Amino acid sequence: MSVGTRLENTTEDEDEDVADPIDDREIFDILSVSINDPEHPLSLEELNVVEQVRVRVDDQENTVGVEFTPTIPHCSMATLIGLSIKVKLLRSLPERFKIDVHITPGTHTSEDAVNKQLADKERVAAALENSQLLEVVNQCLISNARTS
Amino acid sequence: MKDTLALLQKFNAHPDSRCWYVAWNPKGTLLASCGGDRAIRIWGREGDSWECKTVLQDGHQRAVRKVAWSPCGNYLASASFDATTCIWKKKNDDFECLTVLEGHENEVKCVAWAPSGNLLATCSRDKSVWIWEVDEEDEYECVSVVNSHTQDVKHVVWHPTQELLASCSYDNNVCVYKEEDDDWECRATLEGHTSTVWGLTFDPSGQRLASCSDDRTVKIWKECQPGGGQGTDTAWKCVCTLSGFHGRTVYDIAWCPLTGALATACGDDGVRVFKEDETADPDQPVFSLSAHVPKAHSQDVNCIAWNPKEAGLLVSCSDNGEIAVWNYQSEV
Repeated sequence: MSVGTRLENTTEDEDEDVADPIDDREIFDILSVSINDPEHPLSLEELNVVEQVRVRVDDQENTVGVEFTPTIPHCSMATLIGLSIKVKLLRSLPERFKIDVHITPGTHTSEDAVNKQLADKERVAAALENSQLLEVVNQCLISNARTS
Repeated sequence: MKDTLALLQKFNAHPDSRCWYVAWNPKGTLLASCGGDRAIRIWGREGDSWECKTVLQDGHQRAVRKVAWSPCGNYLASASFDATTCIWKKKNDDFECLTVLEGHENEVKCVAWAPSGNLLATCSRDKSVWIWEVDEEDEYECVSVVNSHTQDVKHVVWHPTQELLASCSYDNNVCVYKEEDDDWECRATLEGHTSTVWGLTFDPSGQRLASCSDDRTVKIWKECQPGGGQGTDTAWKCVCTLSGFHGRTVYDIAWCPLTGALATACGDDGVRVFKEDETADPDQPVFSLSAHVPKAHSQDVNCIAWNPKEAGLLVSCSDNGEIAVWNYQSEV
């Protein structure tokens, strides 16, 4: 079971005066620390469900793209995992960001259908008004205490 | 581009929530807005600013997605994710809930009044379009349920003069309906968009229909006379596609009944107005970008609407809860 690669801190990261744009690593950290795969006790990062190389941030254009790989190709929880990722980012990032969450191409049998649902903000908004679904999503988002 | 789109006012309509839709009353004097906070707000102009006249808070249990004024201006219909459509009657500055239309299995995505004022259409994630008749005693009755779409139906719009209805869907298609023997049927399916179609608008004459989509294009459709003359089905052809203008999903489109200008609301936060080239062949129309405000709002623009009486007056609303009022001026 591999863990996504982590980058070393650069000197700019250590400098308090340098403005802190949101970058790929920050998104990865937001996601890895706090999302559980509903069917497995380990976090998404430990399962390699979300890999760093699949996070694309453009701080200038205000876009965040995340590709996630479900644990198995016909995983029935793929929509729920994708929704949890989307919700986590919506709650953590400034409102200016456009968030796109997709399944890594070629890793799921219903990826087009799942991607289309995740991209439809009306469907996402209505789903999140369902208190039972919201509760399940919140369960997925309970953070693990992590030591770096 | 010598044409301009100037911001007149911007105000927060739905605090801490998204504003899903905004609609002018037929006289063009009031605005109705609705949002994720489950409220409907009525706005009136006081000099240079807009004041909230009424808040309708308890009509729905979930987000209110769209609102629509009746042609006479005395009624307001609201479509909600709680699967109901509420009919409100205006009494001075207040609105009273007259009746609640139930029947859809899940979220109602749109409600629209026919120009006659006797018919209402609703559509839903349950894939159906319902047509309701209203009589002189304000009694509503569902007269048809049509299941022509294979997915979530996003929007319904009536033809400006004929009893003809159009709908668009998550299934990427547009359907056109007519009444036949007291039953409403789908007469044409317009295929061409490659993703969800979010909005529809007829041109002032009703001869053309414009659609906007998640595929980031706008398509113009025209009804063409069937050659063989068989049956009563009509054919609509896509006569123009506007691509390369929108950076993300186009959520709404509105054709100005007074000037013929076409406005769009986009997920890239921008508002755009397109003008038609007067010299082009009517069967091959040409539209060009007349005005564009890239950051009309700080988040997605969900709705765009032309004032029915004042040429160039335009309103938009956004995920950030704001409503913006614009003045569009075109150098002819």
